[in-house]
Amino acid sequence: MSWQTVLGFEIHIELSTNSKMFCGCPANHFNTPPNSQVCPVCLGLPGALPVPNAKAIEWCIKLGLALGCKINLQSKFDRKNYFYPDLPKGYQISQYDQPLCVEGNLLGHKIRRVHMEEDTGKLLHQGSETLIDFNRSGVPLVEVVTEADFNDSNDSDNFLKELQQIIRALGISSCDMEKGSMRLEANISVSPDESFPNYKVEIKNVNSFRFVKKAVDFEVSRQIKLLETGQTPIQETRGFKETTGETFSQRVKEEAHDYRYFPEPDIPPFEFTQAQIEKWRSELPILPSQKRLQLVELGLSENYARIISADPEMYDVFMKNPTKQTADLLINKREARVVSNIPEEKIREVVSKVISANIAIVESIKAGKTQAIGALIGQIKKELGDIDIPLTQKIISEIMKL
Amino acid sequence: MNLDLSISELAKKYRSGVVTPEDVLNECLENIEKNNPKLNIFITLRDRQELLAEARNVKFETLLSGIPYVLKDAYVTKDIRTTSASNVLNNYIPDYDATVVKKLRDAGAILIGKTNMDAWGHGGSSENTDFGPVKNPWDVSRVAGGSSGGAAVAVSARMAMFAIGEDTGGSIRNPAGWCGISGLKVTYGRVSRYGAIAYASSLDSVGPMAKNVEDLSLILELIAGQDKLDATSSPTEVPVYSKNLNLDLKNIKIGIPLEPDQAIKDALVKLKELGAEIMEVSLPMLKYAVPTYYLLAPSETSSNLGRYDGIRFGQDRSNFTQESMRRIIIGTYALSAGYYDAYYKKAQQARTKIIEDYNTAFEKCDVIVMPVAPTVATKLGELISDPVKNMLADLYMVTTNIAGIPSLAIPCGFEEGVPVGFQIQGPMFSEELLFKIGHQYQQVTDWHKAKPNI
Repeated sequence: MSWQTVLGFEIHIELSTNSKMFCGCPANHFNTPPNSQVCPVCLGLPGALPVPNAKAIEWCIKLGLALGCKINLQSKFDRKNYFYPDLPKGYQISQYDQPLCVEGNLLGHKIRRVHMEEDTGKLLHQGSETLIDFNRSGVPLVEVVTEADFNDSNDSDNFLKELQQIIRALGISSCDMEKGSMRLEANISVSPDESFPNYKVEIKNVNSFRFVKKAVDFEVSRQIKLLETGQTPIQETRGFKETTGETFSQRVKEEAHDYRYFPEPDIPPFEFTQAQIEKWRSELPILPSQKRLQLVELGLSENYARIISADPEMYDVFMKNPTKQTADLLINKREARVVSNIPEEKIREVVSKVISANIAIVESIKAGKTQAIGALIGQIKKELGDIDIPLTQKIISEIMKL
Repeated sequence: MNLDLSISELAKKYRSGVVTPEDVLNECLENIEKNNPKLNIFITLRDRQELLAEARNVKFETLLSGIPYVLKDAYVTKDIRTTSASNVLNNYIPDYDATVVKKLRDAGAILIGKTNMDAWGHGGSSENTDFGPVKNPWDVSRVAGGSSGGAAVAVSARMAMFAIGEDTGGSIRNPAGWCGISGLKVTYGRVSRYGAIAYASSLDSVGPMAKNVEDLSLILELIAGQDKLDATSSPTEVPVYSKNLNLDLKNIKIGIPLEPDQAIKDALVKLKELGAEIMEVSLPMLKYAVPTYYLLAPSETSSNLGRYDGIRFGQDRSNFTQESMRRIIIGTYALSAGYYDAYYKKAQQARTKIIEDYNTAFEKCDVIVMPVAPTVATKLGELISDPVKNMLADLYMVTTNIAGIPSLAIPCGFEEGVPVGFQIQGPMFSEELLFKIGHQYQQVTDWHKAKPNI
């Protein structure tokens, strides 16, 4: 039986505006002392009112434009009501039925919507106590929702990396998964045919592209195994354990939340003109896909174009003198990122010495524990200082006949 | 008594040196000492020595400099307890000032204290409070009206020169009418709501309460205007209302949507004598106003009060009163999936119709005159024990909040020995016109000068 993966994503991106979404507090909360960047608005104190950050709205729309979305000329904020201690107002200001951007497309995948909302505070569990840090409360957050049209984790990996590059090209977010400025939720289910499955598993809190790929792969095979034995996977939220590469159950959804959305009365609805949108469109930087196309047109291979376009610095250097020679030089330089003056012969000499002095490590590498090569390289570095690592790896492989 | 003077008269005396802010403050404090135990107006009174020190240091920079006032306890005040008349906030001391408080302080007005009200604005009698009901100074067996009851009584019983109330569905006009003072529900967006504890955000309005229309105009010109902290505040220019109160009513058309009772009839006779033309207009949606209001306001309040969980400040949710819980539950229900279309959404559609009604009416007339309330001040216990009657008391007032338009409530006589008032409602940002009409009326009548014998 051939199984059909149904895979889609909700991606949250924290914008790097100077101030928060609805107040004047600084938006950059990374490594700040707890509750040092708060005010009546982002603490949800009685009487405080939200005033929207125009820059954040502009950036959200620019992202929408970069993703080929239609922009809703009439848009508004809504309240999403739910209780949680990190949500000081008892509701999140978000967008419900009139998101800023809809119906986009990236690498052939459909984007359902791109909307603007605010981040919550952070809960810190210490022993039996839970502390709340509101520095993150009210930080501008863009949510990108895709359709569930991904076939597999390779597909989604390319998409997510491309999205990250676009956001970085726009300069609107560090879009860093480890720091939480890019957060993913994958919705996964598997169907025996073209029909839509009657369940959905949500995977949350995965903080690198590599782990997202692993989590998706693991989850798809887990669900297939269940389906093959006639079981239906339960609808739930699952986390990902980095040490084992497995997903685990976090929360089983008993029923759908009723967020009681209604239009945010504290913020008047927006009306944009087409001229305003076109002005923003004209301000978009060259996007990664356009750069790639441009580089291919300049005679580079797809591979070279991909590498050079992904690195703004390399791209700028190349564009100053767009020749095959420049590209070769840049790619070679990249592969020997640490420029080494040590002659290859000298490296060969030290590699041989280190290999013969570390029989145990060599045996384990031969037995398949390839990451132990790192230990050899460490010893070689001790002897020689900065070395050309790819070259050294090549030499090790040759000498060990791997 | 200096407290019987208008603000501009008192300001003149300050400047000529015959009266000082300290004198007036002492008069206020004497009246408070004498009558507050009977009337139950104050939730928090500022320290006497602190007040007197402030009064001694007044610089006469605006007409409100050195003028003592009271604030409905719905506004946050830095370092002064703010309760919204609910035990949920009985120990809450805010860290910042509402914009209206800041503006009045900048103008030199002296805040005496924070007044009793229906908790969270939930009520029309100032009985839904955890600090005991407010009594009517004209008849202490009756209620003061609400929700800004304490504020109205403080002005009526001469404990302050003016008050800042808050009107979501009549909360300034109803107690003004029942206590015989003047009150203004402003156009939505005219005065910043920043720091006003929200009842229903799309309906809430911040407005002045005083003895006469001229005073109201003076206060409004100092508190109105756009505020960068309130996205719904309007950039519409603020006229110098008090300099512009004279008007020949000859070209003014007054629309009457309801069969007027005797007090209103008398008022209309006066307005006609002043030259106004009286005509019938219709507001067919009026009958849907109360149901519309009692879906929109509870829906918004169910969301606005979600933050009062007792985790970061205040007490827990068990401290909400029956009436507040009723509104929270109605609102939660109206916004729930499956009921939203039938209730909240329907009410929003009715809201649009009510706005259209007014727009149509204002094509024919300049302003609309209506009673403030369907009855005189009720007996204590009468409204709080009957939730439906309590809602119907708002009948003539809620449409203006739904439509966002301004309405001026002024006294126009007595029934059963207690005051009654009428409203002058106008199009968006027509405060200037309402003041002119109200002021001309008060030039030929004395109802606004009557004060309770207490």
